[in-house]
Amino acid sequence: MRFSRVLRTGALVAAVGLTLAACGQPNSEEDANKSLVQRAEDNGALTVGIKIDQPGLGLKKPDGSYEGFDVDVAKYVAKELGVEEGDIEFTETPSAQRENMIQNGDVDMIVASYSITPERDEAVDFAGPYFLAHQDLLVRKGDNSIQSAEDLNKNKKLCSVRGSTSAQNVKNDFAPNAQLQEYGGYSECLTGLENKAIDAMTTDDTILAGYAAQQPGKFQLAGAELSNENYGIGLREGDSEGKQALDEAIQKMIDSGEWKKAAEKHFGPAGYEVPEAPTVGEVVE
Amino acid sequence: MFDFLTEYDVLGAFWVTVQLTVYSAIGSLIWGTILAGMRVSPVPIMRAFGTAYVNIVRNIPLTLVIIAMSLGLYQTLNIALGGGTITTTNFRLAVLGFVLYTSTFVCESLRSGINTVPVGQAEAARALGLNFGQVLRMIVLPQAFRSVIGPLTSVLIALTKNTTVASTIGVAEASLLMSEMTENESDVIGLVFMVFAMGFVILTLPAGLLLGRLAKKAAVKR
Amino acid sequence: MSAPSVLYDVPGPKAKARNAVYTVLFLAALAGVAWWIIATLAEKDQLTWEKWGPFFTDGQVWTTFIFPGLLNTLLAAGLAIVIALPLGSLFGILRLSDHVWVRVPAGTVVEFFRAVPVLILMVFADQFYSEYTDIDSDYRPLVAVVTALVLYNGAVLAEVVRAGIQSLPAGQTEAAKAIGMRKTQTMTNVLLPQAVTSMLPAIVSQLVVILKDTALGGAALGFADLFNQIRPIANNYFANTIATMTIVALIYIVLNNVLTFGAGWLEKWSRQRKTSTGAVVKPVDDNGRNV
Repeated sequence: MRFSRVLRTGALVAAVGLTLAACGQPNSEEDANKSLVQRAEDNGALTVGIKIDQPGLGLKKPDGSYEGFDVDVAKYVAKELGVEEGDIEFTETPSAQRENMIQNGDVDMIVASYSITPERDEAVDFAGPYFLAHQDLLVRKGDNSIQSAEDLNKNKKLCSVRGSTSAQNVKNDFAPNAQLQEYGGYSECLTGLENKAIDAMTTDDTILAGYAAQQPGKFQLAGAELSNENYGIGLREGDSEGKQALDEAIQKMIDSGEWKKAAEKHFGPAGYEVPEAPTVGEVVE
Repeated sequence: MFDFLTEYDVLGAFWVTVQLTVYSAIGSLIWGTILAGMRVSPVPIMRAFGTAYVNIVRNIPLTLVIIAMSLGLYQTLNIALGGGTITTTNFRLAVLGFVLYTSTFVCESLRSGINTVPVGQAEAARALGLNFGQVLRMIVLPQAFRSVIGPLTSVLIALTKNTTVASTIGVAEASLLMSEMTENESDVIGLVFMVFAMGFVILTLPAGLLLGRLAKKAAVKR
Repeated sequence: MSAPSVLYDVPGPKAKARNAVYTVLFLAALAGVAWWIIATLAEKDQLTWEKWGPFFTDGQVWTTFIFPGLLNTLLAAGLAIVIALPLGSLFGILRLSDHVWVRVPAGTVVEFFRAVPVLILMVFADQFYSEYTDIDSDYRPLVAVVTALVLYNGAVLAEVVRAGIQSLPAGQTEAAKAIGMRKTQTMTNVLLPQAVTSMLPAIVSQLVVILKDTALGGAALGFADLFNQIRPIANNYFANTIATMTIVALIYIVLNNVLTFGAGWLEKWSRQRKTSTGAVVKPVDDNGRNV
């Protein structure tokens, strides 16, 4: 009958849709057990997890390419592993899913403002650190009423991203009287900051410098070092060969001067003084 | 089993939901009635405005409307609606967003209600010498309202559920607390979900039943 | 525009003059508001060419951000309606069952999912999938969005189907009985095919609701839909959030107006068709009840 045909077609389309939606491409079991170095050699390609919405670190450009300090680091170490730029597949790794994605083998490594912490270290291995960032405040250029986090106590309006620890840090430890505005992303905070509806925005200074560099002359960093964030390259737990290769690659990048060049290119325009390169293998508490 | 609840102010979050709903409902009813009045008014430009407003606002995702209140109205145009702190400002911005959006549905319900009032009623009123405003206010709208209590109840229930969207600009209502709880209490997300789902069932079910009965009672028998 | 005309007389010279005054006043008020908005936006540097220009001169904004986002929105909405339809039909029919033990549970499920906000369903589905399944994280937001939309709209469509079947004249069932059809046969061969045509407009209108609700996934789950493109675009073009929001809103408005127009056209079409009973299930509102 006509209707049952409609029903059957509908069910078929639904089934196809579900299958399509549910199936990812998990790497084969044996592939996942190989070291990062081995995989790079065998496949001549790597999947790298990055952020795609953080100017200065990892940002998706209109032409579909990616740009930022993390991206440059990823490209450099990949080249050291024998993988050309064109053979790197960049994929977005949302903060909450980074450990998961490494464990599932969705990505070979993660270079995405990924701070080394004891809890994370239990789930994944970290190479590096390759950068020492600090939680900081971004304010309007010329607004000197906020020099430290405590200044936010004067009923200032602080903006951050929902579910991020940085805003809670400030509110709990430094400025309990600050008013907190939370959005889904940092770019929403910028509009308000520019128009004085918000007084400061907080997260890692690298990300803030990236935003400030996009619109030179409008914003400045307060220079309040509220925390230490040791950015490391995340890889699968127990892959000591891969970790060692990455450590060496990072060291080489620092020694060759490429590191400083990349840092100055992405953070410099914000008036952000690029710090000394960290010592590989040493996490600053 | 439910001891995780004691750490969170679930009732407080639902109280915000209720407040958002009540203020938005009152505002939507007023602005929706004005819009409906415009759509049937003798002045062509007002009719055009009413039609355009409804067809535009109704077709924008509510999420976008609410975000636009915060980013556009407050952060760019600097309209704080008299709210002193971020919390009160966000609450008022959310209410305004819900009013702008929900009023389109109120307007459309009312307009279909106006159409159910027999032509003779308006004609008789005009024969008595009443002008447009008087016909609408004294004869047509009172009858129209009685026949649209049912549809308006649906709009109210939809509004109650829609208030969850206020979480996108940081209003601490039920769904924002639920997101927080599902992240912290990941071993009992099923329970967390059931608590909030039942909360909304409890909020919407009695309203539906009560107003449904009222709709039957108030309906104009013809 | 026949309905409004009963509310007032054909304007005479006096009324015409009065209407003209109202028109001028109303236009002045509108212009005032528009002027204030434009002036304030300009003052805040929101109307500069660097913020709006990319949408007209730079094709990459469209090919890299907007079109892929739009595609995801349409994909989620399409999958949701295609899966929700059979599911909704099933529950709609179950609610019409003669057996209490079928009717009541089906009714409870439908009423439950109609009462729960879609946003809460989405947040829960996303957390649930991340805890208990290993769906690839690339697809998880899509799957969570589709799941929530299917549960809610399946419940709404169940009511549409029920109303569609109930709108058919009793003679249809009686005639089917008279020629010896079973209950299932009556449903699949007589009632449903007729109900489907009368339900088409309501189904298309529901698509508008689904399309708008996909934006919740963009905001709450990071699903890469059209709404979610606002941030990456603003990141690349001098924080042009206002401009991007305007363009994205326009796309939604055009898309949904086309769908609404299609629903109206379908309604007319199914009314005129000779083979149908002429019954039409009215489009439903946001809450899934008939307006």
